[in-house]
Amino acid sequence: MVEEVVELSRLQFAITAMYHFLFVPLTMGLSFLLVIMETVYVMTGKQIYRDMTQFWGKLFGINFALGVTTGITLEFQFGTNWAYYSHYVGDVFGAPLAIEGLMAFFLESTFIGLFFFGWERLSKVQHLTVTFLTALGSNLSALWILVANAWMQNPVGAEFNYQTMRMEMTSFYELLFNPVAQVKFVHTVAAGYVTGSMFVLGISAYYLLKGRDLPFARRSFAVAAGFGLASILSVIVLGDESGYNLGDVQRTKLAAIESEWETHEPPAGFILIGLPNEETQTTDYAIRIPYLLGLIATRTLTEPVYGIKDLLVDHEARIRTGITAYALLQKLRSGDPDEADRTAFEEAKKDLSYGLLLKRYTPNVVDATEAQIKQAARDTIPRVAPLFWSFRIMVAAGFLMLFIFAAAFYYCAKRREHRKRWLLRLALYGIPLPWIAAEAGWIVAEYGRQPWAIGEVLPTFLGVSSRTTGDLWFSLAGLVGFYTLLLVVELYLMFRFARLGPSSLHTGRYHFERSSGGAAGQPMDQQQ
Amino acid sequence: MIFDYETLKLIWWVLIGVLLIGFVISDGFDMGVGALLPFLGRDDDERRVIINTIGPHWEGNQVWFITAGGAIFAAWPAVYAAAFSGFYIAMLLVLFALFFRPVGFDYRSKIADPRWRTAWDWGLFAGGAVPALLFGVAFGNLLLGVPFSHDEFLRPSYSGSFWGLLHPFALLSGVLSLAMLMTHGALWLQLRTEAPIAARARAAARIAVLIMLAAFALAGIWLAFGVDGYRIVSMPPTDAPSNPLAKVVEIADGAWLNNYGRYPWMILAPVVAFAGGVGTFLLATIRRPGWAFITSALSMTGVILTAAFSMFPFILPSSTVPNSSLTVWDAPSSHLTLMVMFWAAAIFVPLILLYTFWSYRALWGKVTVKQIQENTHSAY
Repeated sequence: MVEEVVELSRLQFAITAMYHFLFVPLTMGLSFLLVIMETVYVMTGKQIYRDMTQFWGKLFGINFALGVTTGITLEFQFGTNWAYYSHYVGDVFGAPLAIEGLMAFFLESTFIGLFFFGWERLSKVQHLTVTFLTALGSNLSALWILVANAWMQNPVGAEFNYQTMRMEMTSFYELLFNPVAQVKFVHTVAAGYVTGSMFVLGISAYYLLKGRDLPFARRSFAVAAGFGLASILSVIVLGDESGYNLGDVQRTKLAAIESEWETHEPPAGFILIGLPNEETQTTDYAIRIPYLLGLIATRTLTEPVYGIKDLLVDHEARIRTGITAYALLQKLRSGDPDEADRTAFEEAKKDLSYGLLLKRYTPNVVDATEAQIKQAARDTIPRVAPLFWSFRIMVAAGFLMLFIFAAAFYYCAKRREHRKRWLLRLALYGIPLPWIAAEAGWIVAEYGRQPWAIGEVLPTFLGVSSRTTGDLWFSLAGLVGFYTLLLVVELYLMFRFARLGPSSLHTGRYHFERSSGGAAGQPMDQQQ
Repeated sequence: MIFDYETLKLIWWVLIGVLLIGFVISDGFDMGVGALLPFLGRDDDERRVIINTIGPHWEGNQVWFITAGGAIFAAWPAVYAAAFSGFYIAMLLVLFALFFRPVGFDYRSKIADPRWRTAWDWGLFAGGAVPALLFGVAFGNLLLGVPFSHDEFLRPSYSGSFWGLLHPFALLSGVLSLAMLMTHGALWLQLRTEAPIAARARAAARIAVLIMLAAFALAGIWLAFGVDGYRIVSMPPTDAPSNPLAKVVEIADGAWLNNYGRYPWMILAPVVAFAGGVGTFLLATIRRPGWAFITSALSMTGVILTAAFSMFPFILPSSTVPNSSLTVWDAPSSHLTLMVMFWAAAIFVPLILLYTFWSYRALWGKVTVKQIQENTHSAY
């Protein structure tokens, strides 16, 4: 295994996934906002809600195009760059991906065409149904991808088969109802709704600050404030921390997020802020809130939250069993195994993956030295500082958005939101917040999964394809080049149309199309 | 489980075939249209007409491709791993070309600058032509055998290069595939546009289908006399757990024709490919593009089945270590996974067909320059 190929493959996956997730949450959130706006149009028959659906739909389309562009890569990248991963877990991991295509992506992609082209061809209710099915498709898509991702974090419902040298599904039910998948789904989808709401809220605030298209902007602002407040509350209350007590990988991740080196008497305290120190294995200048972590992570007052030092001891023991498992596997693979070997392997195989961690230092595993075992044990703990800080950035962005949505909702209820310029500015400049939170959240989830590609099943470095560094540089350069170029184009169009506002619909009813151009005496503005 | 393991392995060979054929019939025409776009549309309005015939549908069509990829991952993980990592550079070129489509369709007409629009037109051209060509090249390489092997822990590794894929037979397959998709795309345009675009499309369809017929005939002769096939000498029972290293395979002259002797009905596949092609030519000539579109779909189905039948049970033969070849019997997922995926396909494929037909019906009719000019701000 060439170390550089591993590093480049990881970098490429991280970059392509993070690019993809710039567009996904907005698709998920904005699609349901479109459903809300169009529902109001169908129920009240007011033209302005149709204009809202069409205008925000235009921006939705600009975003959706890049979501698809960046998504194609991810469907094939497991095969191109993670060939051994694909072989080793495809039996389990491939299923949710394929079902995502069949059940969700087909739905979303077929109906999005009708969303844009069907306004004149379909009845009002038919078109609303189309919009709803597009939104449903994009959200179901998230469900299956998160089922797949949750299995990487907490691989339930599967078992290793030495005859086929891979993990095989034992229960589809367990895979689908993986508790980690449930919390992840709720958390991620709600985060998408927050993104959509923040986007509409911020851009509407821009029109209000400019004093243009007030009825359009105020209605959009109000819809976003209401939907956003409900969504941000769901994200925070149903944060996926509750999934962190499931399985060893999640426990290790939690310890790293919290920079929690020792196991404390339950319920554990929550480190609000501090400086993680890997050298001394302590957290300097820590400010602790008593009881809070134990409550969040275990939802009890009695269960412990494990510290890194204790996890290390446990992992080292498992590496030693893993060596035994590996020796038995070699025996089984070389043919004519006896019953005793098979039984012994079945017993030890849950730690086989820990034995595989040694492949980085000695290809034959069984001849590992004490120093190599210690080194492999240290590898089982991801670096603490990036996780500690990413998590806190995510949470801070979340609470800031809670404040913005709460204030927006309050002043909407008071019908004074368009006069609160500080709020409008905050909403406008707060637009990047959900993206910062989402990307930081994924860093926590995936960087925190290291050194595993599949938690306690397959080390990341073993999963790569047998390609050269030259191949990797070619693909990395191509992907980054294309994506960056397309992102620039996307942002250019997004800014252009967002600035233009509903005038881009060319209905003749909005700001830039009226010859007077001033602020007073316009028909739409008087409809309030 | 209602099907035994052996039956399910066979069913999944059929289902992957269904997905690939679905992809070629649906996404095939919009890729063909993309490849023809700069040549059949002489000015901006005409190009917009062409783009808007596929604008609402290409996205759903492309999911056939993505789902076929996902289904290969789920049902044949060993193939997904070995083929996609082996064809690394080719795969990436396909992806890069496909990047132009979502953005090309949506962004092209949002800005009026002619340079902007021309640039995206060529992007849409690449997004149609490059995958159409490279899919054919990939299929050609399957028939030639691919230089890959498995180690004792079944890690696949590929020992060829990108340039090695460009064998003349593979290039001929690429021409076949490109001509086939361009025929299909041209017929779609003949069906959905008016003169003068429809007239140009008709001419293009007639030329492309003749190239396709010639390429198919030539490839058939080449396959019979110039390409070595693969043959299983011995293997474990067909319902054994998937282990590609457990069989013995040999390379044999003309082995790709053995199946036609053993199962004479398989000869129907090349017959349908030819008959469909000839029918397409005639129907396009007498201006029956709707029927020609159907015969073209049949013809493409015949071409794909010819390749599949010739190779059965091979999926990915290995030219360097033939025993590492992947077949219908030793590449699939476990019994349970195949069963679960069978139900997923059985439930969703009919549903997909249903709403896909509805979406076409709702937006049916000719796209005209007048419509584009009336909806200049909302059309693609």
